[in-house]
This record gives sequence, C-alpha cells and structure tokens, in this order.
Amino acid sequence: MRTIVAKNVSKSFGKKEVLTTIDLTVNKGEIYGLIGPSGSGKTTLVKILVGMDSDFSGEVTVLNQPMPNMSALSHIGYMAQSDALYPELTGEENLQFFASLYELKKTERKERIMYAAELVQLTPHLSKKVMAYSGGMKRRLSLAIALIHNPEILVLDEPTVGIDPELRLSIWGELTRLKQAGKTIVVTTHVMDEAEKCDRLAMVREGKIITSGSPAELKKQYEAVDLENVFVKAGGKRG
Amino acid sequence: MRTVAVVKRIFQQMVRDKRTLGLMFVAPLFILTLFHFLFTENTEAHPKLGVVHVDTAIVNELKKKDIDVVEYEKVGDVKKRIVADHLDGWMEMSDNDIHLTLENADPSKAKALQVKIQQTIAKEAAKQQKATMEKALQTIQQRLPIPIKIEQPKSPTIHTSYVYGNKDTSFFDTLSPILVGYFVFFFVFLIAGIALLRERTIGTLERLLATPIRRHEIVFGYLLGYGTFAVIQTLIVVFFAVKVLDITLVGSLWHVIVINLLLALVALSLGILLSAFAHSEFQMMQFIPVVIIPQIFFAGILPVDEMADWLQAIAKIMPMYYGGDALKNVMYKGMGLSDIRTDLLALCSFAVIFVTLNIFALKKHRKL
Repeated sequence: MRTIVAKNVSKSFGKKEVLTTIDLTVNKGEIYGLIGPSGSGKTTLVKILVGMDSDFSGEVTVLNQPMPNMSALSHIGYMAQSDALYPELTGEENLQFFASLYELKKTERKERIMYAAELVQLTPHLSKKVMAYSGGMKRRLSLAIALIHNPEILVLDEPTVGIDPELRLSIWGELTRLKQAGKTIVVTTHVMDEAEKCDRLAMVREGKIITSGSPAELKKQYEAVDLENVFVKAGGKRG
Repeated sequence: MRTVAVVKRIFQQMVRDKRTLGLMFVAPLFILTLFHFLFTENTEAHPKLGVVHVDTAIVNELKKKDIDVVEYEKVGDVKKRIVADHLDGWMEMSDNDIHLTLENADPSKAKALQVKIQQTIAKEAAKQQKATMEKALQTIQQRLPIPIKIEQPKSPTIHTSYVYGNKDTSFFDTLSPILVGYFVFFFVFLIAGIALLRERTIGTLERLLATPIRRHEIVFGYLLGYGTFAVIQTLIVVFFAVKVLDITLVGSLWHVIVINLLLALVALSLGILLSAFAHSEFQMMQFIPVVIIPQIFFAGILPVDEMADWLQAIAKIMPMYYGGDALKNVMYKGMGLSDIRTDLLALCSFAVIFVTLNIFALKKHRKL
C-alpha cells in the first residue's frame, strides 16, 4: 500500500530552484531513506511531505489525501533537523504539550510519554529543563515527540546526529521494529552506513533525485562496492 | 482544546522566566513613579537677575516676585558677565529705556523671567502715573471753589472656576492617564512580540505547523496566553497609578481598565504580527522607534487638534491616539463609556484587523 506519493514536485526560493520534478512513492511498512549532502534539498522535500510547506508545484498525497491535510497531519510524526523544543520547559512538559496538540486522552498520554521516553532513554531526565540538556539529549527528545501520538507515518530529518553509536543502534533497532508493526518511515541522512539499513533509498543532489532503489539493487546497478561509490557514480553520470 | 494547550504552555514558560515577569510587572511602576516625582516635586526656581542703574522701587518689586536681584556698578561686557556669574538675565536702565539681556539657555525659563520683569515695570509705571495724576488732581481740586468728590475705582477681583480639574491641577494630571496607557501598550507589545519571535527563531512555531493545530488556534492561544499577563499588568499599573500615586481619577476605575485592556489587546496583536517581519530580537527592537515612539506624539500630550492636517491624519491611524483620548476623557474629565465609544470602537477595530492579519501572516507557512 502506498502511503506517501509525491508527483512532479518542484519548489523555488525566489529564482533559485531548490527541488526539481521530484517523484517518489513510499510504501507502508518500509524505511525509505533520502540520502544526500547538506544543502541538497532533503529538508525542503521533507517539509513538503509533512505539509509544513504548501508553497510548491506538483502534488503530494499522504494516506490518499492531498497535502496539506489536517487529518493526515495527525497520522504523521515529524522530527525536525533542528531541535524545535521549548528550553524553559522540562522534557516531560515538552512531551505533554505536543501530546495535548494531538488531543490524546490523559491515560494514553501518560502511557505514550513513558514509552517514548523509555525508547530514547530519557526517563531519568524528564524532570530536567531542556536548556540543561546536551545536544544528543535534545535529539532524543525530538524523536520522542515525533513518536508521542503513535503515528502511522514517521518522518525523521537527520534523526541520529549527535547521538552516541550505542543509542543510534538501539534507535535503528526500534525503527525496524516499528516498520515491522506496519509503520511507514522516511529518514534523511548523510551517513552511508545508515542508508544501508533502509529498505529503499533515493539519492538527492542539487534538488534532484539522481537515483533510487534498494541498497542491493543500487550497488548491483552501478557495480559499486558500497553506497558511497553508488552516489559518486550516479552523480557523475548525470553531471 | 489545542488553544488551551498553547495557553498552558505559555503560562509555564512565563512563570519560569522571572526577569520577563519583572519587566512586565515592575518596570512600568518604576517609570510611572519616576515621572510622578519629576512633575510634582519641583522646587520653585528663583531666577537671578543682574541690574545696573535700576530704581530701588523697581528692584524691590522684582524681589517680591521671587527674583534674586544682584546690583552691579559697572556695565562691562554684559554677555560675559551673565555667563560668568550664572545669571538668568541682565537689566539696564538708561533714561527712559530698559535694556534686557536674557541668558536663554532654557527658553521657557527666560520667557517666565521676561514676563515677570514686564509685569513689574508695567506696575511701576502705573503707580507713577497714578501718583502724577493724583498730584495733578489735588492741584486742580485746590483751585476749584467747591472740590469735586472723586471715587477711587477699585480693581475687580478675579474668581476662577474650572470645568476640568482645579487650581492645583498640574501638567502631570493630564499626562498621567496617557502614560498609564502608553506603558501598557509598550510593554505588552515588546514582550508578546519578542516571545513569538523566539518561537520563530528556535523553530517551535514551524514545528507546531507539523501538528494538526490550526492557524487560528495558535493565534488565539497566544492572545489568551499573553493576554492574561497583559491583563494582570494592566490591573497592577492602573491600581498603582490611582491608589498609590494618587493620580487624578474623576471617572470610573473600571472604564480605565476597559480602555487599557483594549490597548493591551491591540499591542499584543500588533506585536505578534510585527514579529513575523523580524528575523531576530534585534530587528524586533528596531520596530520600537518606528512603531512605538511615534505613538506618544499623537497620544494627546501634544494637542492633536492644533496639528497640521496631514499630521492629524497620521494621528488617526495611531492606536494610542484613541487610547490616550479615551483615558484622558475618563480619568481627567470624568466622562463615561458612552462619551468615549468612538475611541473604544476604533481600538476594537485595530485589534480585529491585527488578529486577522496574524492568521493570514501564518498562511505563508501553511494554508490551514
């Protein structure tokens, strides 16, 4: 089942075109990776997918509804690239606030906060103010917020930046588990070994998808030993 | 429901930020108190006047008018002497002419001194004239066979009454209603504007748009959240001004509160709106000279109806023009709500316009 479909999506900031005719389809129960260097347009694309940006040409549907759409929004969990948290509030208050935006019932809210905090190993730090958090802790709290309302779709923009390798492994473990539970996950990254863990990939450069497919397919297609090599070859072929 | 969540979050944030709370609740009181004492605790100034060849009678009269008269023998360079001896003026008499040199560092002080001197001279001249006349009359009377009885005219006593205020009314009494409103306007604008700007710069506002919250829910959440603090601030400022500083309040305290609440609402929605056009706290501060300071000129401290037509037109687009007028009418002139309904209506319109524009300003992010 197709959960996210983007057709012919282009976007420009003034005269500068940042996305050029992007087509992509993400299916239920898969981890879809958007890989590319910073400035390639990944974040812009992600913002369009989650309905935060409606100033684009083309068409995006999420769960068969054209974006932006309120009911689709409540099924998306989004983790922004920069941690958008309230520094004066504690970790728990941040979670509470976002949970109430999704209008979760009190008991469910409690359960979900416990679950999300446990997943990102923040339970002992919930009563601390976010301004006292380290960079990695803020990333983890952002991830917990993305998961707070048990969304069908998770869109994570560079989720593991600044997170230690052990926790990164456990987060990827959880993403795989969520995928098996039927969630759809879109992840952006510029780390190639994370790209290996995705079911399908789109390589983005200068606002265009230069190639896409499963990691194994891509390596085979470009006769490359690793994905880094694929990226160089795919990019080189076009440019 | 989501609006309530936003309100609750703003409360949590504000209560944690003690300094901002302090700025909002204490700073207006501090400035208002300072103003109060600046305008009410003035000591009477005694201007210093240097005189040369001036009649003793005139000198005595001048002394009666609280002028410190210093008599000089020689003339020399008058201007240098004034500066060297810290005089406010210099008076010289030659034949029938009086030459007056004023220091004029403070034109209003110089004018006051000039008026006092003119009054004294006029009085002296009248006295002399009277004496000459009496003398002449006496001579005439003596020569007449039967003296004519002449009634002495008595100068009338002036009894003054006032429509507004009384003889002790000072400039501060008409200024203070405007100041009360202006402080509410200024502080609410600043705090709400910067608070929303921070949300924009740290990305939480944009983050909110990835949740199913609607634009108007965000705007109303902000209005309610910061509005509550604006209400508390307004109440503190108004009660302090009336009960502690004993500012003239002829009309109803409740009317004053209603006007200030409307002003706060306008400032709140304007601050939130303008924060959309600033990229940093520094840029937000730049709106103060452009948007906030001009308001004070049109708030009624300077008489608007004596301004040039185009300036009056500018006044009409300033919320403080209506706020200042309404406050002055209620606090100083004792008018009721029906007398100031035009002002109130204007303020309401400003608020509605700014709130609507706010909802549209968020549209550049998301259409819903």
